[in-house]
Amino acid sequence: MTDISAIEQRPQAASLGGMPLISEATAGDYIALMKPRVMALVVFTALVGLMLAPVHVHPVIGFTALLAIAVGAGAAGVLNMWYDADIDAIMSRTSGRPIPRGKVTPGEALGFGMTLATGAIVVLGLLVNWLAAAMLAFTIVFYVVIYTMWLKRWTPQNIVIGGAAGAFPPMIGWTAATGGLSFEPIVLFLIIFFWTPPHFWALSLVRVDDYARARVPMLPVVAGLEETRRQILLYSLVLVPLGAAPWFLGYADAIYGVVALVAGLTMVALAWRVRRERQGERADTAAKQLFGFSILYLFLLFAVLLVEGGLVGHGA
Amino acid sequence: MDEKDEGIVLTEAQKRSRRSRSIAIALVLGALVILFYIVTLVKGPGVLNRPL
Repeated sequence: MTDISAIEQRPQAASLGGMPLISEATAGDYIALMKPRVMALVVFTALVGLMLAPVHVHPVIGFTALLAIAVGAGAAGVLNMWYDADIDAIMSRTSGRPIPRGKVTPGEALGFGMTLATGAIVVLGLLVNWLAAAMLAFTIVFYVVIYTMWLKRWTPQNIVIGGAAGAFPPMIGWTAATGGLSFEPIVLFLIIFFWTPPHFWALSLVRVDDYARARVPMLPVVAGLEETRRQILLYSLVLVPLGAAPWFLGYADAIYGVVALVAGLTMVALAWRVRRERQGERADTAAKQLFGFSILYLFLLFAVLLVEGGLVGHGA
Repeated sequence: MDEKDEGIVLTEAQKRSRRSRSIAIALVLGALVILFYIVTLVKGPGVLNRPL
C-alpha cells in the first residue's frame, strides 16, 4: 500500500517531486474559480444588450447565448486565477482562492479554463451565431492576455484599458440577438468602460497595502492616494452625462434619464467625499461607500433599461 | 506473509471530492445534451444554417 498521507494537503505541485497528485477539490472549488459574482454581473449586462436588440429572439436561443457568455466569463475568471496565483497568494483579499489554498493545481485550473473557453465559444458559434462567438473569444483573450498577463503587472492604467473586457458583454448580447452591431450597445459599452475605474480604484484605496505587497502597480500604489482620488472624481463626472446618454439619444425614456442623472450625481457626491475625507477610518468608509454604491449604480441603470427597453418594449 | 500491493488508497475526503466532481461533470454533460436537443427542435432544419 502506498503511503499518501504526505500529499493529502496538496501543497504546490512543484514541491511534490513527482509524487502522484490526488485532488480533494470539490465542484464548489471549480465554481469558485469561475468568479460567480462577476459572472452574475456579466449575465445581467449581456441580458440587457440582448433584450434591447430590436429583434425577437427565441427564449431558448437567448438562454443559450447567455449561458455561453456566462461560461465564457467564467473561463476568463479561471484563467485569470491560474495566471495570478502568485499574486493571489500574497493578497489577503484573494489568498483564500482555490489555487493559493492548494485545492486546485495551476495545471488543473489552466485545463479547466481552456476547456470552458473553448466550449463556450463553440456553443455560442454553433447554436447562436459566429460573430457573437468571435466577440466572446476576443473578450476572453483580452481579459486573460491583454489585462491579466500584460497590463495588470505593467501599468497603473491596467483597469482602465482592461475594463474594456468587462464592458463587452452587452455588445455580445446585442450581437447574439441581431447578428450585427450598432450604436446602442456601444453606448452601454462606454458606460461600463468609464464606470470601471472609479469602481476599482475605490476598492484599491482600501487595499493599497495589499496591492503594494503583491507589487501590482495599481494607481494608488504608483501615483499615490491623492491622484487616485482626483481621477475617481474625474471619471465619475464623465459618467454622469454618459450614463444618461441612452435617454439623450432617444432609446430610453425619461424615467431612465432621471434615474441615470440622480444616480450619477450621487456617485459624484460620493467621489467628492472620497476626495475630501483623506485620513483614517473616515477615508476608508468613504471609499467603501463609493465602491458599494458604484455596484448599485450600474445595476440601477441596466435594470431600468431592461424594464423599459426589454420587458416593456419601449426600446430601440 | 504475502503482502498485496493495493496501490494508492484514497482517503474519505478524496473519495467525497471525486464523487462531487464526477456528479458535476455528469450534470454538465447531461445539460449540454438536453440543450443541443432543444435547440435542434427550436431551429428545425435551420440548425444547419450558421450565419456569421
